[in-house]
Amino acid sequence: MKDILIMIILSGLVLFAVISVMIRSLVKAAIALAIASAFLAVMIFILGAWIAAVIELSVCAGMITVVFISSISLTIPLSKEEVAVEAKQRMSRFIYLPFILVLTLAAAIILWNSRLINFDFISALKGTQVNLDFSAQGSAIWDKRSIDILGQVIVLLSGAFGVVVLFKERNQK
Amino acid sequence: MILDLNFLIFAAFLLLIVTGIYCLIATLNLIRLLIGLEILTKAVTLLLITSGFITGSIAIAQSMTITLIVIEVVVIVVACGIVIGVCNHNKNLDLKNLRKLKG
Repeated sequence: MKDILIMIILSGLVLFAVISVMIRSLVKAAIALAIASAFLAVMIFILGAWIAAVIELSVCAGMITVVFISSISLTIPLSKEEVAVEAKQRMSRFIYLPFILVLTLAAAIILWNSRLINFDFISALKGTQVNLDFSAQGSAIWDKRSIDILGQVIVLLSGAFGVVVLFKERNQK
Repeated sequence: MILDLNFLIFAAFLLLIVTGIYCLIATLNLIRLLIGLEILTKAVTLLLITSGFITGSIAIAQSMTITLIVIEVVVIVVACGIVIGVCNHNKNLDLKNLRKLKG
C-alpha cells in the first residue's frame, strides 16, 4: 500500500513539474508548481523529515506561489495578437521536452538494469536506524546546527533589504 | 524492476533535473525561468532528504533542507522584484530584451 502511495506521489511530483513548464498560462504554471511542492512535502513527510515537510508545504507551496502570482499580476499581460505569435514560438521550443523526458527515463532504466548506477535507497534502511524521534530532530536543528539558524536570519535580512532597495521610490525633484 | 521504489526515487530526481534544465534553456519568459529554478531546487531537496534517510541522519539532512528552502525563498523573492523592475522598464517579460540594457 505504501509502495503504491510513494509511486503516486513521485508520479504526481514529476507530472505537475512538467505541466508547470509546458502550460502557457503563467498563473496556471504557478499553481501547478504549488501542487508539485505539495506532493514533495508529502514525500518528505513519508521519509520522516516532518519539520522540513511542514516548511516545504507552507513556504514553497504557499508563500512562493503567492509571490509568483503577485509578480504575474504586477506585470503587463500580452495582447491577443502577441499571445497567438508567442503560442506558436513556445510550442516549437517546448515540443521536445516530453521526448527528452521519455529518453531520460529509458536511459535511467538501462543504467539501473545494467547495475552501473544502483542506489539501494530502501533496503539500505534495514541496516541503519533512522532517528524519527521528533525531539531529536528539533535538537539537531536548534543545537547541532544552530549556526545555520544565524546564517538563515542573515540571508532573510539581506533578502528583505534587497526587496526594499528594489522597490525604493526615488525622490522626485 | 521498474516498480522498484529505489528506481522510482532515482527516476523522479533525474526527470525533475532534466525538466528544470530544459526550462532554463528553452524559455524566454523571465517568470518561467524562476519556475525552472524552483523545479531544480525541488530535485535537490528530494535528493537531500533521501540521502539523509539512507544514512540514518535525517535530522541533519532536514536542517540542511530548511536552510535550502530559506535561501530558495530569498532568491525567488529578490528575483521576482528584479523581474517586476525589468517589466516596468521594458513593458514585457521577454528575456531577449535584456540584451538591450545599458549602463
